[in-house]
Amino acid sequence: MPRAKIKLENYVESISILDQDGKVDADLEPKLSKEELLRLYRAMLLGRRYDERMLRLQRQGRIGTYGPALGQEAASMGPAFVMRPDDWFIPSFREPAATLYRGWPMEKLILWWGGNEEGSTPPKGCRDLPICVPVASQVPVAAGIAWGCKLSNDGSIAVAFVGDGGTSEGDFHEGLNCAAAFGLPLVLIVQNNQWAISLPRARQTASKTLAQKAIGYGINGIQADGNDILAMVVAAREAVDRARNGGGPTLIEAITYRLGVHTTADDPTKYRSSEEVETWKPRDPLLRFGKYVLDKGVLDEKGRVALEEEITAEIAAAVEHAEAFEPKVAEPFYHCFAQMPNHLQAQLAEFQASLGASDEAEAADRESNGELSSNIETY
Amino acid sequence: MAHMTMVKALNLALREALQEDGTTLIIGQDVGQDEGVFRVTEGLLRDFGADRVVDFPVAESAIVGLGVGLCIAGFKPICEMQFSGFGYHGFHQVESHASRFRNRTRGRFTCPMVIRMPYGGGIRAIEHHSESREAIWAHLPGLKLVIPSGPRNARALLRASILDPDPVMFYEPKACYRAFKEEVPDEPETMEIGRAEVVRSGSDVTIISYGASMRPVIEGADELDEEYNIDAELIDLLSLVPLDTETIMQSIRKTGRCVVVHEAPRNCGPAAEIIARIVENSLMYLEAPIERVTGYDLVLPFFNNERPYMPDAQKVVTAARKVVDF
Repeated sequence: MPRAKIKLENYVESISILDQDGKVDADLEPKLSKEELLRLYRAMLLGRRYDERMLRLQRQGRIGTYGPALGQEAASMGPAFVMRPDDWFIPSFREPAATLYRGWPMEKLILWWGGNEEGSTPPKGCRDLPICVPVASQVPVAAGIAWGCKLSNDGSIAVAFVGDGGTSEGDFHEGLNCAAAFGLPLVLIVQNNQWAISLPRARQTASKTLAQKAIGYGINGIQADGNDILAMVVAAREAVDRARNGGGPTLIEAITYRLGVHTTADDPTKYRSSEEVETWKPRDPLLRFGKYVLDKGVLDEKGRVALEEEITAEIAAAVEHAEAFEPKVAEPFYHCFAQMPNHLQAQLAEFQASLGASDEAEAADRESNGELSSNIETY
Repeated sequence: MAHMTMVKALNLALREALQEDGTTLIIGQDVGQDEGVFRVTEGLLRDFGADRVVDFPVAESAIVGLGVGLCIAGFKPICEMQFSGFGYHGFHQVESHASRFRNRTRGRFTCPMVIRMPYGGGIRAIEHHSESREAIWAHLPGLKLVIPSGPRNARALLRASILDPDPVMFYEPKACYRAFKEEVPDEPETMEIGRAEVVRSGSDVTIISYGASMRPVIEGADELDEEYNIDAELIDLLSLVPLDTETIMQSIRKTGRCVVVHEAPRNCGPAAEIIARIVENSLMYLEAPIERVTGYDLVLPFFNNERPYMPDAQKVVTAARKVVDF
């Protein structure tokens, strides 16, 4: 019997539309209205300015360690832009542009990085998950949400994000394999920013691309220029439509670059060269898209300045709002279980005694177990 | 009423849950077509279909992780780990998400899931099929831990666990799956999670246990009564989280003597927590130090040699006599 190559039906392809000089492939250019282009640009710019402000807040000691997404704005915004409001959004932690675009209050993000669970408390009715810390553990959860979408039969889907480092975790494999085996409506975007803290992409896996891991699960992969918002929009739209129409999951690898630090507790000079960073700066998603929207007459210089001012004010208001927040220190006792069991009641009493100060006001605040004490609704 | 084994009782509880609540579904390896390696899910795929009883790939982290996602999307998965010895693949998702989402999101997203897993030795199974590691699960905040001991309470507690709005680890003593039958009511019944049962009233010594160890405890208590005139009060904990401290203390304050029995290893085992609470709460009522009858701090040997490593009636009798004679 002659040996033969086994033909696989699934494939990986690449997509790039808007290059770093702002030149666009007219054949692939998506039809976006001026309003849509402005919306996209604003969202990416907001993500950038928010990141920059958060880095300053960290240096000032007003938030804790912070992980910026500088340079990765297009990779998350493309998918967010093509999602429906009733789709589920499952981030890792480096998708602020998308998170904010979806309507997650900026003050909540500031609160999260400032060490408050109010920051991971979703607004009522929203279908966004909070930041997920254990790497790639959100992938099986996202697959389960997609399963729920399928069972609900309402056309909703789940869109999740993970990093290049995350593709090495067992949960990436298990979650994606199950999503594919069950034909679940999941879109998984791998933000390949080339670095998993100090490990470069080349040492994370022997795979030539991360997108090709899709083939292993019997689905298609697409490797998009993650700094090209147009490519991300097109790739994401295709994947979202496929999921919504019962075609199962897609893996999107967004080629991008972590222009900043892993987190503010990190010193990249220990493991990567400044020369490398410099080569990526001209590929900044905001630079090329800025040129594009200028060329399209969407935003002129005056408009850009006004937009920057508006964004500055928006961020300032969120910071002020976040810093006005006062945590209720006994809150965790009320949210461990639906009803507080005896052992926690006893521990709460012990805790309150240890606080010294009078907690009568706090106790009076609570009529029954499980009631939210923070003004999350009106926040 | 019907006379049935624990396996049939669990099956009944699962059937009731699938019937009553369209958001429940069972997910696990071999639970559907094969009806479960212990037949606990017998007939359920046939009667409820493949959307409700799902044969899952060999991926425990995914079973729990997808389960968490299903909960967030408004469903109630009843997840099965085929053996507790394989449950550790799922530990990460329980620790990181199932037990945390309620607190993390201040109750916006919750995980009303049940994770069932058979535990314990004595069935002559191969390596990794005889573990007792309930202490590991008991240590996680935000997770309830329920351990039935017989058919009737298995059905009632599984029902209660499925109805519970919080994640419940349902640890099933596989040695009891078919060991004996009990009358189980036709009408659905539940038991309060976190309420222990005084199985037998007595005045000389309190013997506390749960799960498969209740059988040697009862056997031992019979011998204590017949041979040594020692009247033992027996407590079946039924859940480790929450733990029924009140019932334990009422008994201790009556008898003043205590033996705690479990198959799990001794170091940092559940007996340690129970004894710590007794000391905190009722020290001055104790007439003797508390004895533990537990597994050793060893992996349970391969089955050809496992019996002597497990609590039995003889060990219970010896320990009870020791505290009574102190």
